[in-house]
Amino acid sequence: MNAPVDLDHARIAATTPLDRLDPSNPAIFRDDAWQPYFARLRREAPVHYTAESMFGPFWSVSTYKEIMQCELAHKVLSSDSLHGGITIRDRDKSLRLPMFIAMDPPQHDEQRKVVQPIVAPANLAKLEHMIRERAISILEGLPRNETFNWVDRVSIELTVSMLATLFDFPQEERRKLSHWSDCATALPMPGGLIENEEQREAVFAEMLGAFMKLWNERVNAEPRPDLISMLAHGEATRNMTPREFMGNLILLIVGGNDTTRNSISGGVLFLNENPAEYDKLRANPALIETMVPEIIRYQTPLAHMRRTATADFEIGGKTIRAGDKVIMWYISGNRDEAAIDQPDRFIIDRPRPRGHLSFGFGIHRCVGNRLAELQLKILWEEILKRFPKIEVVGPAERTYSAFVHGITNLPVRIPG
Amino acid sequence: MPQVTYIEHSGTEHRIELEAGKSVMQGAIDNGIPGIDADCGGECACATCHVYVDEAWLAKCGTAGEQEASMLSFAATAEPNSRLSCQITMSPELDGLVVRMPEAQH
Repeated sequence: MNAPVDLDHARIAATTPLDRLDPSNPAIFRDDAWQPYFARLRREAPVHYTAESMFGPFWSVSTYKEIMQCELAHKVLSSDSLHGGITIRDRDKSLRLPMFIAMDPPQHDEQRKVVQPIVAPANLAKLEHMIRERAISILEGLPRNETFNWVDRVSIELTVSMLATLFDFPQEERRKLSHWSDCATALPMPGGLIENEEQREAVFAEMLGAFMKLWNERVNAEPRPDLISMLAHGEATRNMTPREFMGNLILLIVGGNDTTRNSISGGVLFLNENPAEYDKLRANPALIETMVPEIIRYQTPLAHMRRTATADFEIGGKTIRAGDKVIMWYISGNRDEAAIDQPDRFIIDRPRPRGHLSFGFGIHRCVGNRLAELQLKILWEEILKRFPKIEVVGPAERTYSAFVHGITNLPVRIPG
Repeated sequence: MPQVTYIEHSGTEHRIELEAGKSVMQGAIDNGIPGIDADCGGECACATCHVYVDEAWLAKCGTAGEQEASMLSFAATAEPNSRLSCQITMSPELDGLVVRMPEAQH
């Protein structure tokens, strides 16, 4: 199924007729071969139409300026799940999930505001101590002089334990959260994590059952600062249908899980690939501050967001028609040299490093962006206090997906 | 040249001269004034250049447009006198403008 086959990506990217170029093929992300495809799109067709792909026809927007233009055009570029939502893959209409990222104003604004306080400055300050304790305990438990998978032992562990805290979900069952998250974004395929949509729906039902229990406990109790209590008491969310509750849970779980997880893994990989930057960091740990947003840019943990045009829309000299699917390729805009100096280089002390597209811009900008940064910052502070070097000792394995730009296996060894 | 005073959350004041036509956000960035992040670079797309406009200047600064109001509604500490400083353009009428920074830009 998705076992790597030798594809000559450089040749395919260079020689395929432009109108047949398909940057959505999940294999190009699994093989870490997306760069030449998007470099060509940025150069030859910043707004580009693919007529045939496994996800049907779609427009690609691959340059920074045009992506920003799409982000601001939320009145004609809809996120609504009724039109197909925010990822390239259409789901059967009966399976569509309402969630606030996949809503337009005013409903989007009302529901988003219910959960926004979880990342208010005062709450982040409270979370900082807890994140540091967890990070320390995870790092102290790592083996020395032995190869292990950094993704499993550190990236997943830290993000799920954080997420369990935000939901006030039982810590001992925290790995269920990463399992549900992975099932939510997996492409169904034989032998895959899920084989079909029925299996996915069964996993969602199990998740909903676990969270309904928490909801029922909290809806009749005093409001507390956890996400479930906030949803149960929020005016715009307390009367959600079970399907809507399910959708918002998946949004919060995937949003708080897959993304930071992959930036945590990416950082270790990038520093190994760029030893001079690793030296700079060791010499001056204060650079963590600017390194963190650079890791998030360079990884771009979600490769794209999707919109659907509700009216004709002119962009980059092309006319997108009402009903068309539009993919904003953040992973490409983050490598656009018109917007970012030497974009293909990983540089941990860039001036103003937060101009990247990884969190999106406009009304759908990532709610948790500063929390994600906080987790990475604390983790790296604690890593540098303990380990002069984390060595990547084998090839990284990546997710077969055009949406989650993930690392599933990163073999590392900590000398000592 | 018109002047703007930025007051950090800690109370530290910065007074600069800002050419008419430039945004109040740009003035802070060009002069390295802390407390204004401006992640999106002035596109009204991130709400990290949030300021409180001193009451005396509110009317002269005008009101937030639709996109700005949407972005501000997601800021953690928005008040009735909140604006995004990338959307306030310096002019001779704004000479002496005073803006205050929130606790944090997120």
